[in-house]
Amino acid sequence: MLDIPLWKRVLILGVVAIGLIWALPNFFYGRVEAHNDAVAASEAAGFVSDEQQAAIDAWPNWMPNGLVNLGLDLRGGAHLLAEVNVAEVYKSRMDALWPELRRVLAEQRDTIGAVRRVPGPEDELHVEIENADQMAAAVAAARTLATPVVSLSGAGQNDIEISASGNQLQINLSDAEKTATDDRTVQQSLEIVRRRVDEVGTREPTIQRQGADRILIQVPGIGSAAELKELIGTTAKLTFNPVISRTTDANAAPGVGNALLPSIDEEGVFYIVEDSPVVTGEELTNAQPGFDQNSQPAVNFNFNPSGARKFGAYTAANIGQPFAIVLDDEVISAPVIRDAITTGAGQISGSMDVASSTQLAVLLRAGALPAELTFLEERTIGPELGQDSIDAGKVASAVGFVAVIVLMIASYRLFGVFAAIALTLNIGLIFGILSLIGATLTLPGIAGIVLTIGMAVDANVLVFERIREELKRAKGPARAIEQGYRHAMSAIVDANVTTLIIAAILFMMGSGPVKGFAVTLAIGIVTSVFTALWVTRLMMVIWFDRARPKTIEV
Amino acid sequence: MAWRLKLVPDETKIDFFRLQTYTFGLSGILVVASLICLFVMGLNFGIDFRGGTTIRTEATQPVDVGAYRDAIAPLNLGDVAISEVFDPTFGPEEHVAQIRIQAQEGSESVSPETITRVEAALQQVDPTLTFPSVESVGPKVSGELIQTAINAVLASLLAISAYIWLRFEWQFAVGAFVSLIHDVVITLGVFSLFQIKFDLTIIAALLTILGYSINDTVVVFDRLRENLIKFKSMALRDVMNLSVNETLSRTVMTSGTTLVALIALLVLGGDVIRGFVFAITFGIIIGTYSSIYVAKNIVLWLGVKRDWSKPDPEKLPDQFRESP
Repeated sequence: MLDIPLWKRVLILGVVAIGLIWALPNFFYGRVEAHNDAVAASEAAGFVSDEQQAAIDAWPNWMPNGLVNLGLDLRGGAHLLAEVNVAEVYKSRMDALWPELRRVLAEQRDTIGAVRRVPGPEDELHVEIENADQMAAAVAAARTLATPVVSLSGAGQNDIEISASGNQLQINLSDAEKTATDDRTVQQSLEIVRRRVDEVGTREPTIQRQGADRILIQVPGIGSAAELKELIGTTAKLTFNPVISRTTDANAAPGVGNALLPSIDEEGVFYIVEDSPVVTGEELTNAQPGFDQNSQPAVNFNFNPSGARKFGAYTAANIGQPFAIVLDDEVISAPVIRDAITTGAGQISGSMDVASSTQLAVLLRAGALPAELTFLEERTIGPELGQDSIDAGKVASAVGFVAVIVLMIASYRLFGVFAAIALTLNIGLIFGILSLIGATLTLPGIAGIVLTIGMAVDANVLVFERIREELKRAKGPARAIEQGYRHAMSAIVDANVTTLIIAAILFMMGSGPVKGFAVTLAIGIVTSVFTALWVTRLMMVIWFDRARPKTIEV
Repeated sequence: MAWRLKLVPDETKIDFFRLQTYTFGLSGILVVASLICLFVMGLNFGIDFRGGTTIRTEATQPVDVGAYRDAIAPLNLGDVAISEVFDPTFGPEEHVAQIRIQAQEGSESVSPETITRVEAALQQVDPTLTFPSVESVGPKVSGELIQTAINAVLASLLAISAYIWLRFEWQFAVGAFVSLIHDVVITLGVFSLFQIKFDLTIIAALLTILGYSINDTVVVFDRLRENLIKFKSMALRDVMNLSVNETLSRTVMTSGTTLVALIALLVLGGDVIRGFVFAITFGIIIGTYSSIYVAKNIVLWLGVKRDWSKPDPEKLPDQFRESP
């Protein structure tokens, strides 16, 4: 009756043992963390320093080294939720399309006459043609620029939509292309944010896409959200644009398709440049700080083959003309082209010091953010506040834990002791699983664990109360235990399934700390059912086999 | 016999319906009062739900709310609320205040310059001030967070009721549903009455209360289902009383251990999660009450099919009916 097959015993004990071994590193948090950091650092550097070796030796390699990640609210750091302004890209796509459109329409000049770009919405390209009755030819020419959308959902659609009214030709991006573009823009932004954050080398940043157009950035150990924003928010959008004229009039009208941009190093000087760049920073393959021929700090860069070709063709055709190097809508410099630059190598010089040339090179290397980021949410949590919370949580958990154990043993005596042991193992298992899956422990997560401590004994209480009842019906102790477990089962299952439903909903809908709470709650339910049903039962069976009591008291 | 703690005597024969009028009345009054309170006073939404910025300050000198206010006033940031935070876990040299600045017109999050200006202005008042946490939420996100929070609570209510309906009978699901709403509304009422800060973690607390309350209710329902089969001829009311009496010691014991653990956290866990822990603690008390006095009363009121083992003769096809 009260028999558990050997394989089951081994399985139960095995699960407990493995769980506890996984949990173990958390009791030596600092040491294991130093060990892990040293291993990572020495692998990255390719050699091991004495200090690193000491840190590595402080924790044996054959032991598990997974730790519970501490959330930002416990460790301190910065949290940012950014929205990518995906629509911005539509404008640059349209601007980039204009020179091409002008080229194909120019080939038809004999039939359609002169063309010029007229103002329209930012995400549309409006062009006026001279001979309105030849619109069909203009549309046909423009249509040659359309290409099929490369995406799963948009298959079969073209990237641009062309329409005509009167003497105006209008082009805009198709919905499928907009969706595909949005996705690419967010992916690209994500990658660039990741590279910029990695460049500073902080530990375990979380950089995740959230929803259609958002990016969540969490960096532990960074001083403030403002610092983080500065690091990733710099757009570093580099373009090379043809210069139309130079002026000191801040209110000069640049004309359609042109822009008035200030000079970065000459106060009060403005350049009128063409909106459509010849080459952009996206075609850069490398950028590093260096010095120009006057030994002033500068940044050397290289273009990829297509960038080099465009750059070479333009410089060859425009010798003697000024050429603007534009960074984030400011003209860094506008040198006059002396020779055709066909090698794809170039140099940016201007008023920079060594630090700013290094910074610029880093930003150029990391690439430009394709669109601006709007920060919707930012949080900075100081490390001391986190430490205070950990300490308070530890004390509270310990006190709660002891109180629960006292209550259980006082109420159920020996069986209470079994439940107390199970509860201890339960907490070990929770930490083991949290470490194994690399979950993040947050402040509400600690509350989740304390709540679990209180509620975990529920399954045991249900069983013990049942055994009491069965004993009252004058059944033998073995049968009472057996029946107690059997009858308590359906209540335990129903009660825990409903709580699991809650945890699942919390996990799906929650964000940040709430998610952390859901994870600990769910894990706590699973481990507490396991320990309360199988582990205490195993203890009870072993005790029963040894003691063979004629009567038991629960 | 050795001493043993007994929170509930071995045999109890309490008639839980004797005071039915009063408990129902009390529940009704509390729900109505909570709704009125919510309607009149509203909830003290934190920045998660209404946008804005909170800055936590810590100083070795006592907090002078007036001086802080005067320092920030020239910056024209609109509505600024400053409150001192007291907590038993603070040391004697630890003086904490919470400053809340409303969401700024036309921008999603507060600019770093504004925060720097606020911090600089405050440090003029007290150079020992540090700023352990600064949090800023834009109006766009806060609007979405409200929506998500409401969805989460509704989804949980429906999912739990659906599960109860599948495992028991529809009357039980209705009873559970009503008692859960009862718990949530009264907890919200308490938050409104005491104007405790209501933020995202409180939603997690509310959902946890739902989980705990249903847990309690399910244990009673489970015993009720068992006893309904066992005592076929006993009046529904008596079976219910028997079931609650039989599970009473478990209810008291589990609520007891949970409360003990939570009270430890409430007292010692620090002020950052106090609101959260308070919500759960209060919810556990109200949840235990509602599983005894609300959920099953609804089931009694709705009545329930008695014989679970045989199919309902009313629903049998004609050929299986006894001929009259």
